[in-house]
Amino acid sequence: MENVQPAAVVASRSPSALRQNSELIAFALMAVGLAVAPFFTYPLFLMQAMCLALFACAFNLLIGYVGLLSFGHALYFGWASYVSAYAAKSWGLTPELAIIAGTLTAAVLGLVAGSLAIRRQGIYFAMITLALAQMMYFVALRAKFTGGEDGIQAVPRGFLFGLIDLRNEAAMYVVVLAIFLGGFFLIYRIIHSPFGEVLKAIRENEPRAISLGYKTDRYKLIAFVLSATLAGVAGSTKAIVLQIASLTDVNWPMSGEVVLMSLVGGLGTIFGPVVGSFVILVMQYKLAAVGEWVLVIQGIIFVSCVLLFRRGIVGEITAWISGRLKS
Amino acid sequence: MSAEIILETEGLAKEFAGFAAVGGVDLRVKRGSIHALIGPNGAGKTTCFNLLTKFLSPTRGRIVFKGQDITAMAPADVARLGLVRSFQISAVFPHMTVLENVRIALQRLRGNSMDFWRSRAVLNQYNAKAMALIADVGLSEFANWTAVELPYGRKRALEIATTLALDPEMLLLDEPTAGMGHEDIDRISQLIKRVAANRTVLMVEHNLSVVADLSDTITVLTRGRVLAEGDYATVSNNPEVREAYMGVGHA
Repeated sequence: MENVQPAAVVASRSPSALRQNSELIAFALMAVGLAVAPFFTYPLFLMQAMCLALFACAFNLLIGYVGLLSFGHALYFGWASYVSAYAAKSWGLTPELAIIAGTLTAAVLGLVAGSLAIRRQGIYFAMITLALAQMMYFVALRAKFTGGEDGIQAVPRGFLFGLIDLRNEAAMYVVVLAIFLGGFFLIYRIIHSPFGEVLKAIRENEPRAISLGYKTDRYKLIAFVLSATLAGVAGSTKAIVLQIASLTDVNWPMSGEVVLMSLVGGLGTIFGPVVGSFVILVMQYKLAAVGEWVLVIQGIIFVSCVLLFRRGIVGEITAWISGRLKS
Repeated sequence: MSAEIILETEGLAKEFAGFAAVGGVDLRVKRGSIHALIGPNGAGKTTCFNLLTKFLSPTRGRIVFKGQDITAMAPADVARLGLVRSFQISAVFPHMTVLENVRIALQRLRGNSMDFWRSRAVLNQYNAKAMALIADVGLSEFANWTAVELPYGRKRALEIATTLALDPEMLLLDEPTAGMGHEDIDRISQLIKRVAANRTVLMVEHNLSVVADLSDTITVLTRGRVLAEGDYATVSNNPEVREAYMGVGHA
């Protein structure tokens, strides 16, 4: 008993507490970086990148922190963008209400798809999510309100709260930045919450978590719905920013792209998907001139990531730093 | 059924594609006792455990815990009733610290485990309780270690601390001393004895000296059936038991 240390001291020295502190510093740096970035490059590109980055972060919440590979996340991203675009254009809702409408749609779709898929594991889980997403892709293709092949175009950005004109690029940028940072922080909070602690335990040893009385399916389903909802926030916002909702965002290559972005950045690292999506997007812009070859180059990057540095960009850097700290 | 019996099975059976792993076991565990389940390899001991904690569903039979029929219950619900198991392979959360391992069990009891909007700093309220449990199994100086770094015997101790955090009425231990050296075996035996002071323990164990030392009642299984039951003296003098053990080369 003489070895008992004060509990508070023990907690503050734990490795996870240390990591949490460095993550908060990195979060502040990222916020500042994104705040000044529009002075150096195109704001529209940055806004699009932030939407995709939030989408990738939402996807990563599921694969990186629960260990569930959803291969149909375009469903939530794409359908949220349709509903958001439709609400803004045809119902004339203000942008924040349009985004909320899109987000709620994604949440409901996530609840339905999640309840069906969560009972299966591994490849079966991935296949069910893919099948449901493709089913809803064909609904989007056929339904009247989505505009089929044309999509919903010329979506008005509108006035935020009916007051602030979002046609102003600076105002729009601030809104997107706030949504991105808010969504990112929520994911950070989920990961470092009592709930996130249980998710970690489930990923580490699910039978043991069950034997401690945790109904693990319920936790996985909540994580699934949260992930779908945040993907919906990203999709809804993108529709307002780019003023269009189209089939591209709801089809399976988009589900694949979000896997690629998370993998390149680093699965299970909180900043990985952000880095990954910026890298992939920059690459797509820079290599636009070589046309279809972009896909080949993406394929090569994908394969070399899996073969050579599995932990992704952020994962490899973190591992390198902690290796240096230990030695 | 008397209040003295905390766990009872009637004709418990499990068949895998025609093979009867457990073939009609009637088990009665007295409240407050240490009850050992022994038998040669393949006798159905671990299958029995999986049936009792509902990690497997029985083909036939009934399980009654504290007077309640749990035959159709989900495994997490059985744990919530106070029947908590350990595993043959040590069951810790490998990349969490010793403290975090124990806290996971504590936070389930308090019921804020669904809170995804709060900081995990709220979990610090369990630190004192967790450290007390950790001290109880002699792991204080390891509190900040990641579970995967612990030596094998210490992992078993951590597993017991995590289980005790739930304060279960009944513990099911699957081979608690498997793969341990003498020193660790002594420590775990002492720990089980202490833990059992105010609860019921049912354990599968191969080490007969541990069984002799700890158990009030012993049930011998072979080929999925009960061969003998009683205290150590009764069981060890039973000629059928001697034959079953000698027959497969155990001492």
